[in-house]
Parts: sequence; C-alpha cells; structure tokens
Amino acid sequence: MLDILHQYGVMFLIGSWPNGPIGGFAATLILAGLGLTLSFPIAVVLGLARLSPIKPVRWAASAWVIAFRGVPLVMIIFWAYFVVPLLTGTTVPAFLTALCAIVAYESAFLAEIVRAGIQGLPGGQTEAARASGLSYAQTMRHVVLPQALTNMLPSLVNQFVSTIKATSIVYVIGVNEVTFAAQQVNSIELTHALQTYLILAGFYFAACYALSQLAQGLERRLAQRRLGLA
Amino acid sequence: MLEFSNVDKWYGDYRALDGINAQVAAGEVVVVCGPSGSGKSTMIRTVNRLEPIQGGVIRVEGRDVHDRGCDINALRARIGFVFQQFNLFPHLSVRENVMLSPVKVGGMRPDEAEALARELLEKVGLAHKIDAMPANLSGGQQQRVAIARALAQRPPILLFDEPTSALDPEMVGEVLAVMKQLARDGMTMLVVTHEMGFARDVADRIWFMDQGRILEDTTPQAFFTAPAHPRAQRFLSDVLRTDDVTGAMVPAGQMAPAAHAARCAA
Repeated sequence: MLDILHQYGVMFLIGSWPNGPIGGFAATLILAGLGLTLSFPIAVVLGLARLSPIKPVRWAASAWVIAFRGVPLVMIIFWAYFVVPLLTGTTVPAFLTALCAIVAYESAFLAEIVRAGIQGLPGGQTEAARASGLSYAQTMRHVVLPQALTNMLPSLVNQFVSTIKATSIVYVIGVNEVTFAAQQVNSIELTHALQTYLILAGFYFAACYALSQLAQGLERRLAQRRLGLA
Repeated sequence: MLEFSNVDKWYGDYRALDGINAQVAAGEVVVVCGPSGSGKSTMIRTVNRLEPIQGGVIRVEGRDVHDRGCDINALRARIGFVFQQFNLFPHLSVRENVMLSPVKVGGMRPDEAEALARELLEKVGLAHKIDAMPANLSGGQQQRVAIARALAQRPPILLFDEPTSALDPEMVGEVLAVMKQLARDGMTMLVVTHEMGFARDVADRIWFMDQGRILEDTTPQAFFTAPAHPRAQRFLSDVLRTDDVTGAMVPAGQMAPAAHAARCAA
C-alpha cells in the first residue's frame, strides 16, 4: 500500500495538475468546501421560509425541500448534467454542474436542520426579543439563530461530513476528484484494488475526522462561553 | 397611559377576555389578581400584542395598538415587559442582554448603552454581575436583570406578568424590593401577581379578575377590608387568613403571628 501511495500520491492529491484541471483530494476539498459555504446560507433562508406566515413563501420552500430530499443525489447529478446546459445555453464544466447539484441537495437537508433548531428554542426567547422592540429580522439575527445554530451544531456537522462523502459520487459525470483519481490508479495497477480503495477511504476519513474534531472544539468553546467559563 | 375598551378575546370557542374596560393612569401602580385561568396573563399580554384580540380597543399613550399605521416595534420599545420565566438571552452576557434593545432598537451608541446598563444594574443591585452569563445567576438575580433589561428601553410603562411566581420564597423578596423602589420613583406599572403583601403595600388600585372579567376595580384598602363581589370574598378567604390576636391578614401557608408566638413560648 505504501508503494502505491508513493507512486501515485501526487495523482491522488492533485490529479493531473498542472497538466490538466485540478483534481484529486484538492478538488474534493474545494468541491465540498464550496458546496457547504454556498448551501448553508441558502439553507438558513429556506429554514426561515419554511416557518414563514406568508403562504406562498412557505409552499415554495417546502416544495424545494421535499423535491430535493426525495431523489437520490446521483439522479440529481445526472439530471443537472443535462438541464444546466439547457438553462444557461452554454456548455458548463462538469465541476460546476456537480457543485450546483450538491448545493441544491444539501440545502434541502440543512434547511430542515435549521428549522428544527429554530422550533426547538423556547418560545419565550422570541417573545422577549419582540417585546423589547426588536424586529423579526433583528430577533432572528441576534437572538434566535445564534442559539438555534449552536444547538444544532451536532446535526449540522453530521450533514457537512455527509457532504464531503457525497462528493465521491460526482465522478459519474467525469469530475476529476479523489474517487476518480483512485479509479484511474486502479485501472493502471489492476491487481491492487483493495489497497487503492483503502487509501481512498483514508483520504475521506482524514477530511471527515478533521471536520468532526473542529466541530467538537467549537461546541466546547460555545458551551464554555454560555457558562461564563471562557 | 393605558386603556382597555370592551376588549374581547377568544381561543376558538373559549372566551378568555370578556368586555374588559379599565384604565391605568400615568404614575399609577395597578395590581391584577385572581384565580388561575381568570385571564390575567392573557390580558396583560394583549397590551403589546403578544396575544391578538378579537374585539375592542387597547390604547397606549392615546394610540390604538392595533391601528394599521402603528409601528409595532416602536410601540413595543415603549412598553417594558417582565416575564414569569425571565427569558434572558443565555448566549449573551448580562451587559449584552441589557444593551441589546437600546443599541439595536433605540439606536444608542454602544458606549452610551453600556453606561446605561451599568446605571440600571446598579439600581437593581447587580452591578458586580455585569460580566456574568445568565447561567451563572440565581433566579432572583436573573429576574432583576430582566427588570434592568426592560428599564433600558426607558419605557413610560412597565408590565409584569407574575414576576415572582417562578422564584423560591427567599428570592421573591429581592425582586419585590426592586419593584417597590420603581413604584416609589413614580413608574407606571401593571403587575399580575399573587403577592398580596406587595399589592397591599404598593398598589394604587387592584383589579380582581375571574373568568375573563374584571369583577373589582378598587383601592387596596377597600379590596382587602370589604370586597364587594362574592367571588372576591371567596378568593381572599382562601388566600389570606385573619390572625386571631393582632387582626392582621396573613397569607395562607404562613404561620399566624399569635400561633407563632405561642409555639415559641411552649
């Protein structure tokens, strides 16, 4: 296994760059990172929209969530591969298509987590904030969302880790990330499939573990601040 | 300052408020008492529209609170509300809790708001806790911070919804002391409470409610010595007992002074 890593390490890490687009683990991290940074704000808006007293807003958000939760990610990726060029009229790089699909898919799940966090807060918090004259937006920004998102951190991290692993599916439309790189290595090596895929698993594990540890540290800091021990 | 005109409220088929007609003048302290389920908390929550009403008009400073042109946030900033469950914001320090409304709603500069926060926390006796988090405070301390937070809005009227009901008896005194001081300073207050001692000592008027109606609207003197309505008479006999020797009213659950003296002598 070590000699596979030694021989193909660079391919795993950055694909065929600089002789081609950036690929491998770097691409996985970029795709997952962008996917999360874009889907999370959308999810917060969707979560709030799901709780809106304005019916059309609520229905639109619910439709989005139900649609994207009801279909497997691989289907959404295939579908995006054909629909996005039709919508934009130009050819779209596979990476961008994959990113759109992941953002849409994850935003649906994250929206429900955000909604659960908001609904899980005691009603007295919103009442106290509104009673002191804070507007709806100010209440959400300063009182509700800070608490809701902190409470839901374990669930959010769950979904983030799931996103990192979900990027492994995008190889089906030819995006050059670490699963694609592993398949390329495997097609060269042929007889060391187990070792190759163990190395692949190792990359995903490293990323997910690092994220989990980061989140744990953040949770601890937030809990200590609440108790006045920070 | 505050006026209820024929206020009706329904929860589905259940009539929570039935033709409420009452006024609170500027500088008055009005205590609302009555049995559970009488609509006291519901009534006080309709003032700043935490609860909607189905009929009648509520006026604060002469303005109809349900008027289309009324800016609900500006109105609520003019009304200080103290909750039974304190409802401090646990992710913010005491200082930040008190500063939030003046800065975000009142547009005050942060350094001015901090000075205001210090002054108000001094007033409620918690200046030394300005950097604490709500989780570090006892119930009585949290409620006093909640009062400071309401005062930070510089409101002309304060509403209290059973402010001491969630506190253990030792802490009730410290919160009532703050409220008594506010009353002495001339604040207009509407207080829903079961603390009859506070009502007798501080209230200018008492409203007795039952089944969504105000049955009595009199001075504490009149209310405690000779309540007119039979329901009020029954309420007072349950809540207070007259001590045999001194003739003083003693809240139920406390030992009468005569009995206590006899117990000590034996």
